Amino acid sequence: MNEALLRSLTPSVLGILVRRGADFAAAEDAVQDALVKAISVWPADPPRDPKGWLVTVAWHRFLDATRADAARRRREDLLDEEPAPGPASAVDDTLQLYFLCAHPSLTPSSAVALTLRAVGGLTTRQIAQAYLVPEATMAQRISRAKRTVSGVRLDRPGDIATVQRVLYLIFNEGYSGDVDLASEAIRLTRQLAAAIDHPEVAGLLALMLLHHARRATRTAPDGSLVPLAAQDRGRWDTESIAEGVAILQAALARDRLGEFQAQAAIAALHADARTAEETDWVQIVEWYDELVRLTGSPVVRLNRAVAVGEADGPRAGLAALAAVDDSLPRHTAVAAYLHERDGDLATAARLYAEAAHKAPNLAERDYLTRQAAGLNARARP
Amino acid sequence: MAKYLLLKHYRGAPAAVNDVPMDKWTPEEISAHVQYMRDFAARLEETGEFVDAQALAPEGTFVRHDGEGRPPVTDGPFAETKDLIAGWMVIDVDTYERAVELAGELSAAPGAGGDPIHEWLEVRPFLTEPPTITE
Repeated sequence: MNEALLRSLTPSVLGILVRRGADFAAAEDAVQDALVKAISVWPADPPRDPKGWLVTVAWHRFLDATRADAARRRREDLLDEEPAPGPASAVDDTLQLYFLCAHPSLTPSSAVALTLRAVGGLTTRQIAQAYLVPEATMAQRISRAKRTVSGVRLDRPGDIATVQRVLYLIFNEGYSGDVDLASEAIRLTRQLAAAIDHPEVAGLLALMLLHHARRATRTAPDGSLVPLAAQDRGRWDTESIAEGVAILQAALARDRLGEFQAQAAIAALHADARTAEETDWVQIVEWYDELVRLTGSPVVRLNRAVAVGEADGPRAGLAALAAVDDSLPRHTAVAAYLHERDGDLATAARLYAEAAHKAPNLAERDYLTRQAAGLNARARP
Repeated sequence: MAKYLLLKHYRGAPAAVNDVPMDKWTPEEISAHVQYMRDFAARLEETGEFVDAQALAPEGTFVRHDGEGRPPVTDGPFAETKDLIAGWMVIDVDTYERAVELAGELSAAPGAGGDPIHEWLEVRPFLTEPPTITE
């Protein structure tokens, strides 16, 4: 049984229950139960109509749960009014569900958890493992999130920007576990892109695909980080790159540029270069200029300084860096790199060590310490 | 079984025997050190004694309540603070002796020149739930 296929039915099944009058929180629990049952039953007894099967099981679960509830009477009225399960407008249901689970009233961590469960069909345990928190904590986070959005009606268009941010978070800050969150984010973004015609959703999908293509080469077998310039480009996933580039080109042609398209364009230029030396840094700087214009983000300015250093030389990069707030994470690491390129190895070594001290994760800390160590070792007679 | 915290300090522990800052090692020595730590944790996972390992950023902030309706007061980091925790490993072992044995092994991770660092690690028993049978 293909679990991803099963999980892809989750949002439309949930949408059907909600349209039949089930409240979102109870419907979501019922769908989870149905998914769990499907995982155990389907391998031996695969249904002819998987979605119909899920709807039926989930609806019965929902009725069982509500019957057991104190408000039995009121809800049994609901049973009498059960509408016929007509042809589902699955696309709309799915889209509305994204809006609900990434509702602006939710904190980012709650929106991430709720999206993974209600849209992604992951179990609470899988989500908890992926984010390295106890299962009870994740269960609580999800049920609080459901309470928060319980008053929100599913019939209004939502805020696509918060949905994009949630998917970006899942892709970018996923840890490990038995669920591959980066792939899951791509699956969910793909599903969203099918449900809504929006250049920035396409841009986000392209961005994910282009970065995912480099995944196998980003770490060495010993777990250490491999920077972009040192990655084995022959092992980049060309299929993923081709798809990302095609999606990006179609989005850019619509002439409604946004930050995800611009970020994807930068990733595409890296993907285009067969060697690090062939990288078109001049064009990359132009895209960073667009990004600065679009976002005004200091982090973008910091990355732009690196690109300027490659396009116009390390001195120009250092000049660009001088205009960037030096309290930003990774500012010192960028300064170290540009000084190294400029041949000032003593300053670079000192800054790499300082950057290692400030590193936000162990892999970066090890990488920066190694850079400092390498330069210090070269300086020794 | 009893849980112990093996604490590594940035500051506050007696100086290690092989006390050279990491950026003065060679990159190969750093790789060897990282590999030793990974192997150590992997071995404890295999023996069923590993619980958790985390590393902490070197800088933190002291915070205290400052009265109702007021934002908390923050201060620090204090340069003079004697103790600074770098990270920990939590193990679940049968005896105190086993905890000490493992801490000793961890302290022997290779450093500059490929020689063991012999750094001081702190072994702290967890306070447990009370036992059921008390008489």
